Amino acid sequence: MSPPEPYLGEVSRTPVRHHILSVLVENKAGVLARIAGLFARRGFNIYSLAVAPAESHARFSRVTIVVDAESAPLEQIVGQLDKLVNVVAITDLAPRDAVERELLLATLPLGDENRSAMLDTITRAGAAIVDVGPTSVTVMLAGTPAACDELEAALEGFTEVELHRTGRVALPRLA
Amino acid sequence: MQLTGAQALIRSLEQEGVDTIFGLPGGAILPVYDPLLDSSIRHILVRHEQGAGHMAEGYALATGRPGVAMVTSGPGATNIVTPIGNAHMDSTPLVVITGQVATASIGTDAFQECDITGITMGITKHNFLVQSAQEIPRAVAAAFHLATTGRPGPVLIDVPKDVTQSMMDWWYPASVEEYDLPGYRPEVPLDEDAIARAVALINESERPVLYVGGGTLKSRAAQELRAFAERTGIPVVTTLMARGAFPDSHDLHLGMPGMHGMYTAVTAIQKSDLLISLGARFDDRVTGKIPAFAAGAKVIHVDIDRAEFNKVRHADVAIQSNVGAALTAFDDARATPRNLDVWWKTINEWRDQYPLVYDEPSAEGPLRPQHVIEAIAAKAAPGTIVAAGVGQHQMWASQHWKFEEPGTWINSGGAGTMGFGVPAAIGAKVGRPDRTVWCIDGDGCFQMTAQELTTARSEGIPIKVAILNNAYLGMVRQWQEMFYDERYSEVYLSADLPDYVKWAEAMGCVGLRARTLKEMHEVIDEANSINDVPVVIDFRTDAEEKVFPMVAAGASNDDIIVHPLQRGGNQ
Repeated sequence: MSPPEPYLGEVSRTPVRHHILSVLVENKAGVLARIAGLFARRGFNIYSLAVAPAESHARFSRVTIVVDAESAPLEQIVGQLDKLVNVVAITDLAPRDAVERELLLATLPLGDENRSAMLDTITRAGAAIVDVGPTSVTVMLAGTPAACDELEAALEGFTEVELHRTGRVALPRLA
Repeated sequence: MQLTGAQALIRSLEQEGVDTIFGLPGGAILPVYDPLLDSSIRHILVRHEQGAGHMAEGYALATGRPGVAMVTSGPGATNIVTPIGNAHMDSTPLVVITGQVATASIGTDAFQECDITGITMGITKHNFLVQSAQEIPRAVAAAFHLATTGRPGPVLIDVPKDVTQSMMDWWYPASVEEYDLPGYRPEVPLDEDAIARAVALINESERPVLYVGGGTLKSRAAQELRAFAERTGIPVVTTLMARGAFPDSHDLHLGMPGMHGMYTAVTAIQKSDLLISLGARFDDRVTGKIPAFAAGAKVIHVDIDRAEFNKVRHADVAIQSNVGAALTAFDDARATPRNLDVWWKTINEWRDQYPLVYDEPSAEGPLRPQHVIEAIAAKAAPGTIVAAGVGQHQMWASQHWKFEEPGTWINSGGAGTMGFGVPAAIGAKVGRPDRTVWCIDGDGCFQMTAQELTTARSEGIPIKVAILNNAYLGMVRQWQEMFYDERYSEVYLSADLPDYVKWAEAMGCVGLRARTLKEMHEVIDEANSINDVPVVIDFRTDAEEKVFPMVAAGASNDDIIVHPLQRGGNQ
């Protein structure tokens, strides 16, 4: 009997029923652990998470969490999150009500045989080359999560690609 | 005025009106124990930190005021994790102070270091690691505010040793605004629209039930509940956490619902067309199989914690409020169900058919545990407080004791913490020295925390402990008998090992034993005559006695198993 294949997890795209929670929190030690711990112990799934100081205040940070609304009812997630004392405000953004952006960085080998295909892919995605090495380039795409998904999918055909995404940030649509 | 952090901590506790701390000193908390000598606050020196936590819980449940415990870092802190978790499950207001290694040593695996704020993150309402002596007053004031408002719960303050040793300029927050809790809004305005929809549901209901949970006690709404129930005639059930919120002697009271609830309480919920949930959370021990729980009922869910809404059961109307305010709003709107005569006729038939029963005790013993509880209750002073551990004895105590007022039933509901009874009873007696306090305990539970009787004796806290000694981990034994083909696995404890009378005596208590009915009455009388030292009674009870009624785990409440005496035919 051959040993089982190592389980690498399913390739996950954004869940069909996802919501974006824009969470204003006190900028205090351990706040991220409180949020992550809450999601873990209640069995809520986080798809992506981004944290940065909010506006110009050092006192607050904004955490943008894309939650899988299939893992638990959104009402439960928001209700439990709101009980964390360090959570100041929660804005629930349904995908259609939000402007979402994400940043993707990828380092791509530029071998002789794939060079033109690779450059073509980069150009078509609208990605910018931000670093150049002797045999590889690093490209950046700042765009919608769907655009990042598309570029990631297009790069799947190439080998030795190192790819990193930030997770999305979002704000409410104005109209 | 310059104070050390330690002095500021004690002074802050005094500012919050703390009269008692349950605790045990050690290295990291040492600085705080020095100014304690000069304080008016009474310190109860426990023998194990778990005891301190449960005592603080017993104190809080008996008085309605937050319980305070103080322990050292590392193992001192981890030993109090169980009470913190217990208080979290039962929404009991606690403030727990833990010593911590000096700030410069945090993260270095220093002696007796542990990340207690990390460990208790999921089982506290909130916790603080205090970074400077100047911040101590704010942390203490905020901790008491958090512990006692909204949905109450445990709050932990971790204080590094260098913080308590350094100097600060004394101050104390004058108002909530200075607590620095921008994200904490415990109360929201009453939703008038939701009230109106709830009133409409009540007005059209024909088979309503008031499903009263622990939140009714936490919000001190027993009077509003009684007024509403009496005006409307709606039957009342009180959950394990709400015993005492409505008098057991009241004709509208059907008793406790749930896995070991009264047949009538369980069945009335099942057949109801409207459940008015007041500070209850649809716990699995109440609902049984969730899809089968009160399947024909609409639900009005009143809770201060909005995360309880639709967590387990869909709420047709959710009202985020304390229980008293919602009931007053229902009353103001003259919410009144339809004529309930038919409903009450049905309920009273269940009551007649399925009262609480148990087998006749024989004069020579073994004693019937239910009978022992009723005998103690019959001879107890009015207002007696009862604490319990967890297991069969707890269920029998809840079933057979008649609770008439809030704060008289002290037990571990959500967490089911064995060993809760003795220290909780001690804490209750400290908080209510005017009351008689009985601990109804099991032999398994008693062995977990009995060392605190030494604390009780040395501190002059004369509680009375009734061990219903059936020589088994009785509830587990019951499940093995009923659901595991009588294959008894690791449940036998022996009735004679330890010798409970000698053990009690070794701890400075009076130890008594009863095997026969005559002895049972004698020892209860003797215990009642002793009011200066703790008394422990070893009641030898029948190991085969089981708690009925019973709804098997995961079963529908419709499939409630009644006592064998009530089973017709071949059930």
